[in-house]
Amino acid sequence: MNATPSGDTTPKTVNKITELLGATRRRKGLGIGEKWNALPKQARICIALVAVALLYLLPWINPPIIRTEDTDFASLLAGTVVPYVLVALGLNVVVGMAGLLDLGYVGFFAVGAYSVGVLTSKHASLPWFLAMFIAIAISMVFGAILGAPTLRLRGDYLAIVTLGFGEIIRLSAQNFGWLGASEGISSIKRPPSIGPLKFTVLENKGYWVFGLSLILLTVFLISLLETSRVGRAWTAIREDEDAAELMGVPTFKFKLWAFAIGAAVGGLAGAFYAGKLNTIYPRDFEVQKSILFLAAVVLGGLGNRWGAILGGFLVAYLPERFRFVSDKRYFFFGLVLMIMMIFRPQGLLPRRLGRGRAKGIDIRKHRAGEDEDDLGVVRSSGRG
Amino acid sequence: MVRHFRPFYVAVRARPFKHRSCMNFTNFINTFWANTISGLSLGAIYALIALGYTLVYGVLRLINFANSEVFMLGTFGSLAALWILGVPSAGAPKAGIALLGTLALMLVLSILFSGGAAILLELLAYRPLRRRNSPRLVFLISAIGASLAIAEAVGAFGARKREEYPFGRVWNTRKNLFKISDFDVQVRHVMVIGGALIMMSGLALFVNKTRLGRGMRAVAQDAETARILGVNVDHVILITFAVGGVMAGGAAFLYALFFEATRYNAGFLLGVKAFTAAVLGGIGNITGALVGGLLLGLIENWGAGLFGGQWKDVIAFAVLVLVLMVRPTGLFGETLGRSRA
Repeated sequence: MNATPSGDTTPKTVNKITELLGATRRRKGLGIGEKWNALPKQARICIALVAVALLYLLPWINPPIIRTEDTDFASLLAGTVVPYVLVALGLNVVVGMAGLLDLGYVGFFAVGAYSVGVLTSKHASLPWFLAMFIAIAISMVFGAILGAPTLRLRGDYLAIVTLGFGEIIRLSAQNFGWLGASEGISSIKRPPSIGPLKFTVLENKGYWVFGLSLILLTVFLISLLETSRVGRAWTAIREDEDAAELMGVPTFKFKLWAFAIGAAVGGLAGAFYAGKLNTIYPRDFEVQKSILFLAAVVLGGLGNRWGAILGGFLVAYLPERFRFVSDKRYFFFGLVLMIMMIFRPQGLLPRRLGRGRAKGIDIRKHRAGEDEDDLGVVRSSGRG
Repeated sequence: MVRHFRPFYVAVRARPFKHRSCMNFTNFINTFWANTISGLSLGAIYALIALGYTLVYGVLRLINFANSEVFMLGTFGSLAALWILGVPSAGAPKAGIALLGTLALMLVLSILFSGGAAILLELLAYRPLRRRNSPRLVFLISAIGASLAIAEAVGAFGARKREEYPFGRVWNTRKNLFKISDFDVQVRHVMVIGGALIMMSGLALFVNKTRLGRGMRAVAQDAETARILGVNVDHVILITFAVGGVMAGGAAFLYALFFEATRYNAGFLLGVKAFTAAVLGGIGNITGALVGGLLLGLIENWGAGLFGGQWKDVIAFAVLVLVLMVRPTGLFGETLGRSRA
């Protein structure tokens, strides 16, 4: 975290020292990204292809140490890992890239799942893939609807409001008979088989291949966004919203986009989840899930999509691999979150350094009690 | 693993109705006084918990997300007191000194549990972050982690089931005292509302009249200047957490009297609502916490009378969202440093 302190208060020597420290740290560790970039392009492509192929074949390989003893490995991969990784990717857009702390993210997951449920089982019988796309669109609209009024708030206030919205979504699903109330929605359609890919109760490998493809597609689209104008705007907003606004970034618009895109990915995860499990209950979408999702993103490394993937995988996988902690997992995740915030707030895979990108953790601005007014509310510059 | 976030105290609320329309004014009128009194009682508890948020926010600009679990531990303090005294085996209701002793031990243990938890939280979770000059959101994530860890420590290593207080054998808090319209006001209603008012007056005295209270106001106003003028800021922050914890402990004691049951996740929903109350009144403002708490209790109970009990929590969350969007400074919109009470 070689943050260059603001020049007006800090003497130049200190600036230099910080830079030197940063440089040594950069050389010492955190160098995976750099080593990777140093490889020749062909080698990178080959390694990536092999890695992807291995990932696709994971349920067939069923590797000895990694595989879970108590549960079917393929089912774990398809039913838990894929939704968690997708969710972590989506949440990473909102929290990691744009710096908007969203504690109600499970709400969008729920919207996606319920959309598929309503469209393929409860009130209509649309084809699954069509329902999936509609679910994504609906989630996106929800993201925009919830985002528009709340994005004026900053930091912890936004967190609480989104938490409230997440709960409102869940409680509404629980209270409206139209959405199945507390019995949820059952016999949701499965995706139709595509060639050799089959989606049935026992055949989880198809789901894994499909899910992994969704993940790769999402990663690809998000990385396109990240390097585009939108991604740069998000970085600017995250680093210093007021400065971004002054430099002419329409902050409100881009924050709204971050919310909507994050929500769309969350909805996709929910749709996949509903298609895999075929039955959803309101209690699947409680606030603790939101916190678990956040734990995944923070654990992996805020703002780094590979970090998000790793975090999502770990949060989904570890409790199943170590079944004996399963009931205590929330406890351990809580502890891990606390300890990590003290010793490694940037996560396991921090955002990549160098190339003029943002360094260190994203959220170092807005120190407690400093540069925001009392309520963390943007008073005049909220809208773009 | 089935988790129930629906609070069990929903069962205590006025009886449900079977009417198809979306708003039910007859029910609203019929249950008006019942909802008012139970709203005020609930609101008093919200207000006490809200103080924990408000005090810490006033001094540190930090939403102490784990305050709800501090409260939850307090409810287990009351339970521990009853276990220590071996009340479950005791037969006849107690009276006089024995009753007072039991209540006092419950209150003391609740306060010790909550206050201790709040102090530990500050020392273990927040102080290291302050030393590192961490950004705000790191505090918040750490607070979320602490909240999860505390609740789940009780749930995973203790019990996930609902713990009943064997309280009926000590004292019948549901004895009717007097009637308002046709609603019987019970001992517990009076206890909770009265107890909360007493604790809040005590707090107001503490903040306004004592040296420590002055220190708190000073740090709330301008921590840097206070430090220069010789205030031990870390000490004051610790005291602030402790006071917030004591208030949560008092709330836990009253909660134990009122609902006679608790559970490892009892804190979450109450915590969010208490936070709503704090925001409603104006976070950082002690009077605001009182008014906000009572108001929120009334709104959600009246709302429940109007729309049906299952919408109660939705109403509370909707109030939160609306307040933050329309008037984020709350009704009283002052911070601790500037406030007089």
